[in-house]
This record gives sequence, structure tokens and C-alpha cells, in this order.
Amino acid sequence: MPSLKDLKNRIGSVRSTQKITKAMQMVAAAKLRRAEEAAVAARPYAERMEGVVANLSASVAGNPGAPKLLAGTGSDDTHLLIVATSDKGLCGGFNSSIVRLAREAIVRLQGEGKTVKIVTVGKKGRDQLKRLYGGLLVRHIDTMDIKRVAYADAKGIADTVLEMFDAGEFDVAHLFYGRYKSVISQVPTAQQIIPAEAPEATQTPDLKGAMYEYEPDEEEILKVLLPRYVGVQIFRAMLENAASEQGARMSAMDNATRNAGEMIDKLNLQYNRARQAQITKELIEIISGAEAL
Amino acid sequence: MADKLTFNLVSPEKEVYSGEVDQVIVPGTEGEFGVLPNHAPFMSTLLPGMLVIKNGGEERRIFVQGGFADVTPAGLTVLAELAIPAEELKGEVLSAQKAAANDQLQKADTPEASLAARRAVDTLAAH
Repeated sequence: MPSLKDLKNRIGSVRSTQKITKAMQMVAAAKLRRAEEAAVAARPYAERMEGVVANLSASVAGNPGAPKLLAGTGSDDTHLLIVATSDKGLCGGFNSSIVRLAREAIVRLQGEGKTVKIVTVGKKGRDQLKRLYGGLLVRHIDTMDIKRVAYADAKGIADTVLEMFDAGEFDVAHLFYGRYKSVISQVPTAQQIIPAEAPEATQTPDLKGAMYEYEPDEEEILKVLLPRYVGVQIFRAMLENAASEQGARMSAMDNATRNAGEMIDKLNLQYNRARQAQITKELIEIISGAEAL
Repeated sequence: MADKLTFNLVSPEKEVYSGEVDQVIVPGTEGEFGVLPNHAPFMSTLLPGMLVIKNGGEERRIFVQGGFADVTPAGLTVLAELAIPAEELKGEVLSAQKAAANDQLQKADTPEASLAARRAVDTLAAH
């Protein structure tokens, strides 16, 4: 039976924990709004880019001169997994679920006899993958000092990946990230970025019978475009990740705050009971003392 | 000329400009070109430079870098990696861009890259 003082201390400590989780929840909510806005603002560019890539790739598909980024290297022996996670924890199962998806892919690919290489973006993913697949990690990209994801950050990552591709270090690249659906739902997603899976031509513009003219020409444009496309995909993944992370943290902290509240109620009840028991005991002592006289 | 051209300028981070205009002059890889309403379908990559939007006698200049322009019957879309309105291009922003352009010029290893970097440097210097 804990003493009254113990109980009081425990209530105090749970209460201060609750204050922290509550504050974290509110911070996450504010950050989430900003992250969501950034993700929405980036959408037109990505969508138009997809439209153009779909358009162009349809016109060069099957050409022997089609760029490698689109057609692939001709083999698929080495797979590169780009695992994008957050740098900070305390956001529920967000990071673990992305890592789990990546791990399943690794097991599957290794089962098929492929070579797997991993590039991690964000600290938590590296921490979790290092234990099991430390040997496969080829590179880590630190995002610790990025406060707001800018396109330049994504471009840096894309450049690294493209350099590796040009050096023939891998044939196929997959990107893992948490797609933001809503505050309570973030879906870990895997996406193939190299060779670019030509997105469905969703909105082929109606040309009214006219011919498209290209300057300099289709292949030159694709050569410029495809590396950008990779950059845009990574940028989008990072933005989605940022929003997902805050969403996951918000709901995790909301849960924690609620749990702390329940805990406080329970401890309060226990405290009151103990206090009453003590009063009763003291009364009995006084009464029986008086009777004995 | 009653017709107007629907023009969108988007950068990865946001939509920079969207609206109906009279004419847009785009710095294309093979020379500047102007786009008027009802232009034929056309696609070109961009060189760094000033994009000029003309609308009702007014002119807006926007510095663009890296990307391409896509003309369809629906209008003109410019996707630029970087798009900074000329009026914001001063002080720190300008010097940062200048430094970046000079840096690129140093590192350029292909004729195309060095041409693009030189254009960026020149445009920024003239500004």
C-alpha cells in the first residue's frame, strides 16, 4: 500500500507528463497545418510534370534511344531502396510501419536472389535498419537540420541517387515513404522511381489535330526532364512524409494525453481512498482510547 | 485581340502565377519565343533568364531557371525549378542567386551546362 505522499508524488509526475504530451500535440497540430499546406502547394507542379512525362514517354516508348531512366538498364539484379523516415521519434508507429514495409521488400527481393542496397533519408529509418541490414546500407542522407523541406533538399538527394545510377550501382530504385491520407491515417507506400513507371496519361491535352513541336527534340527534353522527375518524386515523398509525421505525432500525443488523464483519475481515486482510510483509522484510535479511560 | 492566353507558372514549391494574359515571352533553349493566344502545340526546355508576362500594357518579369514550357490549346504552362519575380530579386536573394550561378559556372562540365550557367550569370548581372 503506497503512502499518501507517494501517491501525491505520482499524481504530480503524471500530471507534468500530461502537460508535455499536450504541448507536443499542439505543436504537432500547428506544424501539421504548415506541412499540409506545403504538400498541397507542391501538387500542381508534380501533376503537370507527370502529365508531361506520360505524354513524352508514350511517344518515345520502344525507341532504342529511349533514355535509361525511362527504359531501365536492361536488367534488374540490383535494387536500391530509398527509405524516407523522420528524424524524431514519439510519433506512434509511423517510422516502424515504413521500415516494416521496406523490410518485407528486402526479404522478398533477397528471396528472388537480387542484390539489395539501401539509402536512408532521416535518422529513424537508419537506426532501425542498421541492426538487421547494416551491411546493405550504402548511404545515409541526414535531414536533421532541414526545418522546412525545400526543393533544393530533394534535388540534392535526387542528384546523389542519379550519380549512383550513372555509375551503374543499381538497376531499379524504389522509394519508401508515408503517404499522408488524413490525421489518423498515414499509409506506408512503396513506389518505383527508376526506371520511371510512366504514369497513366490522365489528361492528354486535346491538340485539335495539331502536331506537337518539340524544341530541341523529344529525347533532349526527356533527358532534361527525367532527372527532374526523380527529384519531384522525392520532393513529394519528403513533403508527404513531413505531413504524415506530424499527423502521426499528433494522434500519438493525443492518445498519450488521454491515457495520462485516465491515470490521474485512477490515482486520485486511490489517493482519496487512502486518505479516508487514514482518517477512519485515526478516529477509531481516538474513540477506543477514550473508551479505555 | 479579344483572345487571352491562359498561363500557369509553377515551381516545385508553389504556383507562382496563374491567370489570363496577352502574351508571354519565354527564354527557350534555342532562343526566346513569345507565346500568344492560340499558339500551336509546342514544348521547349528553358534556359535561365527573364520570363516576361505582358497583360493589358503591363509587364511582369520573373526570373526562371531550369525547366520547360508546354504550350497546348488549353494554354501555356511553364514548369520552372526556380521562379523569382524580378521585384523580389534584390539584396540577399540576388546575391545568393549570383553566388549559386557562379558556382554552377565553375562546375559546369558540358557545353550545355556552361551555357546555361553563363546565361544565369549574365541575366543576374544585368538585373
